[in-house]
Amino acid sequence: MKDTLALLSRVNAHPDSHCWFVAWNPSGTLLASCGGDRSIRIWGKDGDNWVCKSVLGEGHQRTVRKVAWSPCGNYLASASFDATTCIWMKKKEEFECITTLEGHENEVKSVAWAPSGSLLATCSRDKSVWLWEVDEEEEYECVSVLNSHTQDVKHVVWHPNQELLASASYDDTVKLYREEEDDWVCCATLAGHTSTVWSLAFDQTGERLATCSDDKTVRIWRQLENGEQGSKIDPNWKCVCTLSGYHTRTVYDVNWNHLTGAIATACGDDAIRIFEEDSGSDPLQPTFSLTAHMPRAHTQDINCVAWHPKDPSLLASCSDDGEMAFWRYQKPE
Amino acid sequence: MVGGSQLENANPLIYRRAGERQVTAQEEDEDATDRIDDREIFDLIRCINDPEHPLTLEELNVVEEIRVKVSDEENLVSVEFTPTIPHCSMATLIGLSIKVKLLRSLPERFKVDVHITPGTHASEHAVNKQLADKERVAAALENSHLLEVVNQCLSARSLA
Repeated sequence: MKDTLALLSRVNAHPDSHCWFVAWNPSGTLLASCGGDRSIRIWGKDGDNWVCKSVLGEGHQRTVRKVAWSPCGNYLASASFDATTCIWMKKKEEFECITTLEGHENEVKSVAWAPSGSLLATCSRDKSVWLWEVDEEEEYECVSVLNSHTQDVKHVVWHPNQELLASASYDDTVKLYREEEDDWVCCATLAGHTSTVWSLAFDQTGERLATCSDDKTVRIWRQLENGEQGSKIDPNWKCVCTLSGYHTRTVYDVNWNHLTGAIATACGDDAIRIFEEDSGSDPLQPTFSLTAHMPRAHTQDINCVAWHPKDPSLLASCSDDGEMAFWRYQKPE
Repeated sequence: MVGGSQLENANPLIYRRAGERQVTAQEEDEDATDRIDDREIFDLIRCINDPEHPLTLEELNVVEEIRVKVSDEENLVSVEFTPTIPHCSMATLIGLSIKVKLLRSLPERFKVDVHITPGTHASEHAVNKQLADKERVAAALENSHLLEVVNQCLSARSLA
């Protein structure tokens, strides 16, 4: 299994600090990183090397925990422990902070754009998830505050093509939200993890969700239709697979490759792992196999793994050691 | 208590401090590789000040050498600490001080786990979960007030 994940390069992205998150822009030409040094860096490829194209250093007073690109690729949102979310507009090579979203009581932990680009979700240690609507004048207005979780909300992600939002929490659950008669409501609670859920990712179709936790497992959930066709009852989400016994510490991130279906995980044991669904596995009881395991992928906890949106075998990762790494994954024969 | 007047545990039992570490001939050999051992970890945390009393965590028996486990090969350090009373509201702060001291002192390759000694605190699970959440720990250490309190616990005691 050793050669299935090959290191392409390493970049000391946030020296003497933690690199908390990396995000590819939709076309895959740029990678944004953020860290404990309060900065956001934009990376682009120059020949075989990844070089820093710009540093967004003035937006935040504390750690920048996550960054997210808008679906059009022209905007970047950044979530910070300073309780704010900044929206940056791309102007050629430069980025300008066009607005700062305030409202959360304390650390903002994640931010995500809806597929339409007109809605933004943020979540915080204050236990809430906020939804912001963007109009044509680039004005942001809070349209809903969702208080379904009982503890910190760690991560938010949108369904790949519907306005369905998922959030992961310190309360060990995942919640799903959708709009109902002009108001946003929690439409499902996924319970099963026995400790903090750190991250989650939809598959390409949005019918399945992978979640990862401090309980050292990854769970795969599938939506099952309820009742008759066209009924208003929400689909029921059921855990159809639990990947346990692989990770030896907290699993901080999971990323589902929308081109190939491979699942990558970032773990506190410094390893990157890749799982693939077994061919011919029952959709209602799927089985997954570990196809790559890279111990000591970084020298400290790995915080994030991100598949490139266009190049199906390129993976980026980042760590508490301040570094980013780029990997080439080759599925074993 | 920090800034308060009422002590939660006014008359704690005070324990005898361990002696100084016996330095062996092998340890003085400059060419030999010294592995980090339990006693070395204990020496790092025994002098942390209690947030409530002018005493160290060792003198209050909050930390003991037998509750320190280190595996140099596996890069793991695990410390259990025992609050003096089961409802001690300082438990999280004490745990955080131990964690910060070890994170600042040890090579970065080490994973540092700090837990409450099983069965010795009413909110054991909640405190352990909070101490294990590195995102909360990172955010707490960016809070200048909390950082100052932690630094007081970690500062060398004056011999007044």
